[in-house]
Amino acid sequence: MNRLKSFGAFWYDFVIGDDWHVAALVVAGLALTAILVHVAHVNAWWLLPLFVVAALGWSLHKATSGKSLPNRQLRRNN
Amino acid sequence: MNALPLILTVFVACVVEAVEALTIVLAAGLTRDWRSTFQGMGVALVVLAVVTAAIGPALTLLPLSALRLVVGALLAIFGLQWLRKAVLRATGYKALHDEASAYLREVAAAKAAPVEAKRGVRDWYAFTLSFKGVLLEGLEVVFIVLTFGANQKNVGAAAIGAAAAVVLVALTGIAVKAPLAKVPENWMKFAVGVMLTSFGMFWGAEGAGVSWPGNDAALLVIVPAVALMAAGYVFWLRSRKATVSAPAPESEVVSS
Repeated sequence: MNRLKSFGAFWYDFVIGDDWHVAALVVAGLALTAILVHVAHVNAWWLLPLFVVAALGWSLHKATSGKSLPNRQLRRNN
Repeated sequence: MNALPLILTVFVACVVEAVEALTIVLAAGLTRDWRSTFQGMGVALVVLAVVTAAIGPALTLLPLSALRLVVGALLAIFGLQWLRKAVLRATGYKALHDEASAYLREVAAAKAAPVEAKRGVRDWYAFTLSFKGVLLEGLEVVFIVLTFGANQKNVGAAAIGAAAAVVLVALTGIAVKAPLAKVPENWMKFAVGVMLTSFGMFWGAEGAGVSWPGNDAALLVIVPAVALMAAGYVFWLRSRKATVSAPAPESEVVSS
């Protein structure tokens, strides 16, 4: 069971990485693109790039916003 | 499409992975036992060859649009992971990957571990260290070679890029006999992240049914646009960090 768990954890880490939101946004972007193309007949080539820009920006913001706070807090307290 | 971008992307990606694998192999070989290290490396290469032989033909059997959708999604996710790390490292939010200190850490751990013979291997620690290092870094290489190669219907060109990178790093490693600390790994990761994300978006959207304006020529816009986006995020994070680190205006100083 433990081996299965670590096998799954390895592949999760390999494919999804540190932030699963990025993967979720890419998949959501592709799904929406497919819906727009096949259902609404819109050639939505511009949609996935928007999702990619948002995914990276959001992920970077989340990764860094908590880290910059302590410095500021520290300076204010000194 | 020209095979050159394919070969170059795979080559740069594989150099990064091969440099990391070399650090581990050198730590195992120089501090423990070369024979066991080479055995571990050899078994890992056999496993990688089996994985490639099993997945490669299966990928080429998929219909092109399904292949592009799945592989595009995977490449975009993978590329964004690389870009995220590269941007965080370029802005100081994450420590730069330092091959020299990684090597010293591996050497310290290798020296502390007891020597144990197992399953016909003289030094089990050196074997497993080398096996894991080569397998883990190699899997990323296999992933990139297969996804790029299958999509371009040119696995051979991708394999040439990968093989050239591995041979170059191995020869340099043999000549230097030290981890390749001077390789600008982060900028190479940045470049590969840009390529993987760009090709991932391009193929993924095509797989979803999109027709890109200009067809393949759209990549000439997508690649620089993704590079600019990532550079923009580096600039944004650096300026945000500088603002946070700069002395606070008088009105903001809570106490002195």
